[in-house]
This record gives sequence, C-alpha cells and structure tokens, in this order.
Amino acid sequence: MNHSIAFRTIVIKEIFRFIRIWPQTLLPPAITTALYFLIFGKLIGDRIGTINGASYMDYIVPGVVLMSVISHSYANVVSSFYSTKFQHNIEELLVAPVPNWVILAGYVSGGIVRGLMVGFVVGLIARVFDDVAVQNWWITLSVAFLTATLFAMAGFINAVLAESFDDISIIPNFVLTPLSYLGGVFYSVTMLPDIWQTISIANPILYMVNAFRYGFIGVTDIDIQLAFIMTGGFITVLALFSLYLLHKGTGIKN
Amino acid sequence: MKALSLRNLRKTYNNGFEALKGIDLDVEAGDFFALLGPNGAGKSTAIGIISSLVNPSSGTVRVFGHDLQRERSQAKSCIGLVPQEVNFNQFETVKNILLNQAGYYGTPRKLALQRTEHCLKQMELWDKRNTVSRRLSGGMKRRVMIARALVHAPKLLILDEPTAGVDIEIRRSMWKMMQEVNQQGTTIILTTHYLEEAESLCRNIAIIDQGRIVENSDMAGLLARLHVDHFVLDLAQPLAEAPIIDGYQLELAADKVLNVAVPKESGLNNLFGELTQRNINVISLKNKTNRLEQLFMDLVETKSAGGKQ
Repeated sequence: MNHSIAFRTIVIKEIFRFIRIWPQTLLPPAITTALYFLIFGKLIGDRIGTINGASYMDYIVPGVVLMSVISHSYANVVSSFYSTKFQHNIEELLVAPVPNWVILAGYVSGGIVRGLMVGFVVGLIARVFDDVAVQNWWITLSVAFLTATLFAMAGFINAVLAESFDDISIIPNFVLTPLSYLGGVFYSVTMLPDIWQTISIANPILYMVNAFRYGFIGVTDIDIQLAFIMTGGFITVLALFSLYLLHKGTGIKN
Repeated sequence: MKALSLRNLRKTYNNGFEALKGIDLDVEAGDFFALLGPNGAGKSTAIGIISSLVNPSSGTVRVFGHDLQRERSQAKSCIGLVPQEVNFNQFETVKNILLNQAGYYGTPRKLALQRTEHCLKQMELWDKRNTVSRRLSGGMKRRVMIARALVHAPKLLILDEPTAGVDIEIRRSMWKMMQEVNQQGTTIILTTHYLEEAESLCRNIAIIDQGRIVENSDMAGLLARLHVDHFVLDLAQPLAEAPIIDGYQLELAADKVLNVAVPKESGLNNLFGELTQRNINVISLKNKTNRLEQLFMDLVETKSAGGKQ
C-alpha cells in the first residue's frame, strides 16, 4: 500500500490546524521576540559591548530564533497529538492501515513546519532591529531543521505519555525553558565559571544554539561536527523510542 | 467467504481482568450480524481487537482471509468502524472529517471527494458538509460517524451501538440507511442494547457473556426456540378478576388490562374464542416484551446461574 497519501493527509491537517489558529500560534512569538530584541538587543545590548567579536544584538539573534524553533516545534506536536488522544480521534488513525512510522513522521513534520515558520517570522523581525546576515545558509538551515525535528519528536513522546493537560505543560515550563535560557542564547558559555561550563556541556540545546550561531555569524563555543553528531544521535534515540511506544500502544491503546 | 473469523481470541487486561476467554466466531460475507451481550460481557473488547484499538493477549483475527497481525494493511483496509462514542475532531468540518479519513486509507483526493459526496448524501448530511462538527445535533454526529466509516468503501462495517441515545425517528431512519448499506454488499456487524433493532435488522446472531460466546445461530432459528409469547390485551370493559382459561396464564394488570402468556402450541385463536364466549371484548393487543429480549435474558441468566453453581 502507498502510504504517501496518508502521510500527506496528516501533514496538511497539522499545517491547517496551526494556521487556522494563527493568533495563538504565529502571532505571540512575533511579539515576544520583538520585545527581546528591543530590550535585550537594543536598550541593554548597546551597553554590553561585544561577545567573541560580535555585537550583542548579532550574538543573541541566532539564539532567540532557535529558541522559537525549539519551543514551537515541541508545542505543536505535544498539543496537537495530546488533543487527538484526548478527543479519541487518534482512533481514526489506529483503525486505518497507517503504519506507526507514518503517524510519527506526519505529526513530526507538522511540528517541523510550524517551528521553521515561527523561526522565519522571528528572523524577519530580527531584521527590523539588526542587519545581521547569514554567513552559511547550509549550516543554518540544516541546524534549524534538525533542531525542529528533535524537539517535535520530544513533543510527540511527551504527548504519548501524558495523561492530563498538566502533563503537557510540565516539560515545556520546567525543562525546556530553563534548558533554552541556559543553552547560551544570551551569553557565551566561556563567560561562566568552570563548574557551570562543565555542567552546561550536558545541555543539548547548547550545541544546537552554537551550531546555529556559527551558521549565522561564524561564532561558536563548541565543535560544529560534535553538534551535528549529538543532534543526530538524539533524533535517532527519540525516533526509536517513539516507534516503540506506538508499537506497544502506550497511552493510546487499551 | 468469511468476512470475519476469530479463533481462540483472548484478552486479559493489565489489572488481571479476563475480558475474553477464548472466543471463536465466524461471520459470512454479506451478512447482517448481531453481536449482543450485557454490559461488561466482552463485546467492546472483541470489537476493539478486530479494529486494532485493543491488543489481544492471544488468538487470531482474519478479515476476508487476511490475518490482522501478518497482513495488517490488507485486513485493516476491509474494515470500517462506527464506535460507541463520538470520536471525530469536533473543530473540523464534516467534509474534512471524511476527506481526512479517506486520506488515511490511501484514497486519492479526487476519489475521496466523490466518495465523501456520496456518503454524505446517503446519510442525508450533504447540506451540513461545511458545518463545524461540534455544532451538529447528536443524531447528525452519529450519521457523520457512519459516513466516515463508509468513505473508504469497507467490505466489513462494524457498528458499535450506533443508535444509542438517539430518538426513535432518527433510529428508524438509521436502520433504513444500514439496511441499504448491507443490501449494497457490505457485511455489517452490529452491537446494540436495543434488541428490537437486532431482531428486525440481523440475520445471524451471537451472544457473548462473561467473555464467552453463549449462543451463535441464525435469528429465525433462535426465535423459534421461544415457547411462550407474552401479550398485553386492552379490554373494552373493566374486569373484577382475571378469567381462568385452560392452557393460558392470565393476569389482571389493571381493571381494563390483561397480561397473558400464550404457549406456541395453544395459539391465539383459541384464546380469543374463549374470551368472546365470556363476553370479554379485546380492543388491542401488543407483545409484552420483545421476543429477542426475552431469549437474551433467558440465555444470559441461565449462563450466570450456571456459573454461580
């Protein structure tokens, strides 16, 4: 059986879902990041000076863009798949001859599209405040794509395991946000005391933010190859775990 | 050709509850089949396994010859499910609900649009195609679920209490729709608590109780086993006490209402002759209980009593 139609159906459904509710999905990140750029970039940033040879505004733009990609690719999948579970219309997919990998790929693709669209919108807003230009498009786009994939998949696992709406807000609020802020979005990890530098190495977001910043302005605290390997490794592990959960029917079958 | 074949199907839930204790069941292609049982008997578990919503503990399910475990896609493609509870996206339009479902089954867009139109017209919902589904009435939501289950043209349609909670007028129109679908060649398995529904629609029947099939036969044969019919007679004049007539059990329910148990071998002619001789005029007559309901209770109670011994 050709599963491309089923895959396309899920992806289109997901894209229409977040576009239909654009005041909840696309508008808030535009406003929030505009405030970031105005307050941290322009008002405070001008007094900070440079980091690793880049102006503070140039330095934070890639991190803020990637932070938006992370939170929105995650949020899209976790809220959409959990709602599907909550309303029981996940049964439409379970009854149909849709393989688990198509279900996973469909929802994750929806999350990737939203993450990248929000990243694009935030990038456009950054251009209003700063004339930062991308130095290496290939690295920038591939890091954005891989990061969106990774966090869309993490959102999927969260949704599968969640048993209440509280469960889908705990990880974004208490894990994802702190990791993003401590992942070198607003500062260079080399500015931290040694002990905090060592602890930061365990934060996967640090690698992605630095790789993305390298693509943007050519500045990084970590090895780019290592960042790609780490991200690819995390994606592989999360994909296998997601497929295992779907195969077992955890949270979606009796 | 068998539309459905279950062999030694078992299900034990994580809490240790054994919902199915090794059931065997065959449903022929083209049949309109009733699967009945009291609450908690195992019907929903069986339907859940057939439609891949519940993982079986052991046993096999074959749908039109395709093993549900080994030929998953082919087996699933044959099935359309109408579940008990409304389970479509309440924020989606009626048309999109059907188009998405067709897409999950791999139906190309052009064909999906044609089938969506056909199914919505068949279920008298075409004028509601652009309505957001949460704005529909309960009866319309039920019909949306039937239309959704039909949009990929399944060979086997499973209806899990499709008329629960809808008024009698809508129920009758849904019966007509289900009969039309069956006449077009789709095999139907129906579970319902309305035994009148099963009696008037289905040709074959299985009764499941406490995880086991306790009866599996054709409807006419099963009903023929009923030896006594119970009727309610409305009388023209009030009576002080119930008359005594040999071969019948009569009981005064109200001064102008008589309950009577009629053995098959005695028939009604003799009863009316005796009543006429006694100047008792009958205005109308109706079945006290649905015949299948009576048999169902007999079978389930007998089995329960047997289990307790």
